[in-house]
Amino acid sequence: MNVWIAIGVTAVGCYAVKLLGLLVPAGAMERPLVRRLAALLPVALLAALTAQQTFADGQALVLDARAAGVAAAAVALVLRAPFLLVVAAAVVVTAGVRAMGG
Amino acid sequence: MTEQTADPDTRAVGAKPDAAVVRDALGVGVAVGLSGFAFGVTSAGSGLTLPQTCALSLLVFTGASQFALVGALAAGGNPLTAAAGAFFLGVRNAFYGLRLSQLLALPRAVRPFAAQWVIDETTAVALAQPTRRGARIGFTVTGLTLYLLWNLTTLLGALGAEAIGDTDAWGLDAAGPAVFLALLAPMLTTTTERAVAALAVLLGLGLLPVLPAGVPVLVAASAAPVVLWARGRRAGEAGEGSAREGKR
Repeated sequence: MNVWIAIGVTAVGCYAVKLLGLLVPAGAMERPLVRRLAALLPVALLAALTAQQTFADGQALVLDARAAGVAAAAVALVLRAPFLLVVAAAVVVTAGVRAMGG
Repeated sequence: MTEQTADPDTRAVGAKPDAAVVRDALGVGVAVGLSGFAFGVTSAGSGLTLPQTCALSLLVFTGASQFALVGALAAGGNPLTAAAGAFFLGVRNAFYGLRLSQLLALPRAVRPFAAQWVIDETTAVALAQPTRRGARIGFTVTGLTLYLLWNLTTLLGALGAEAIGDTDAWGLDAAGPAVFLALLAPMLTTTTERAVAALAVLLGLGLLPVLPAGVPVLVAASAAPVVLWARGRRAGEAGEGSAREGKR
């Protein structure tokens, strides 16, 4: 049930902000500081989420096969690989390291 | 389709043929739509049921928020903290909507339906078109293909994950962070963005062992205002934010 609550709240919230953008008259959210913050918030959230999902096991920090996989994804990104290839690199390398007992 | 309209944009110099716009839009829609598979697998691997996983793609339809939500729920976060993190990631769509509302000039009655498609990819394709007609075609084609494929591949991914059992053994738990990294990388263009990312990583990892699940990510979001404030204070030397210099 808890999961459904989270899904409902997220769905309503995310739809509301999408609609808000389309309905609000231009200018209301055009202040430079607000725009700047809106551009930087996803950077902060994505960086924190990437780090946590790479190194967290519950509330403990661990270094396991995921780190190798995400490092492979980073290399793929530097090489300008397409989106799907980046994700595939992470999955394949993580599975490979685990298969070798990493 | 080719009737005369009063819209001056339609006749603008450098207009792209409709077919070229459709081709670009399909390229983005298909490539990103297919990664719904990664979401389906990740969500099912995180313990969400098939209906829950599909409901997220149908109703939320903004990839980063969906990955964030299942990640936070899998880590044992309470539903409201998990939803808060996902919501903050979705806030950027409001700013996309602002740009698109001028660009597409949609009738008010259409806006509630178009709203669900206001995401990174549709905005990127629409903004890249030189005319309003091109922007509307780009937005619609990208939105439609991405929505259909994203939901279809979410379903397939979730079914696949249930079929293969232990998704960790297949390395599929690395898909979530890899997606985040791929979304993040193009945003890291200036030192400000890199500073925000670095501080957010430190906060997110540093607070993880001491705060309840889901909360460290929300605290890490404060890296954005903190870095903005710090740069504002140093704005005397650099040009950025110098408009607020008088306050000091």
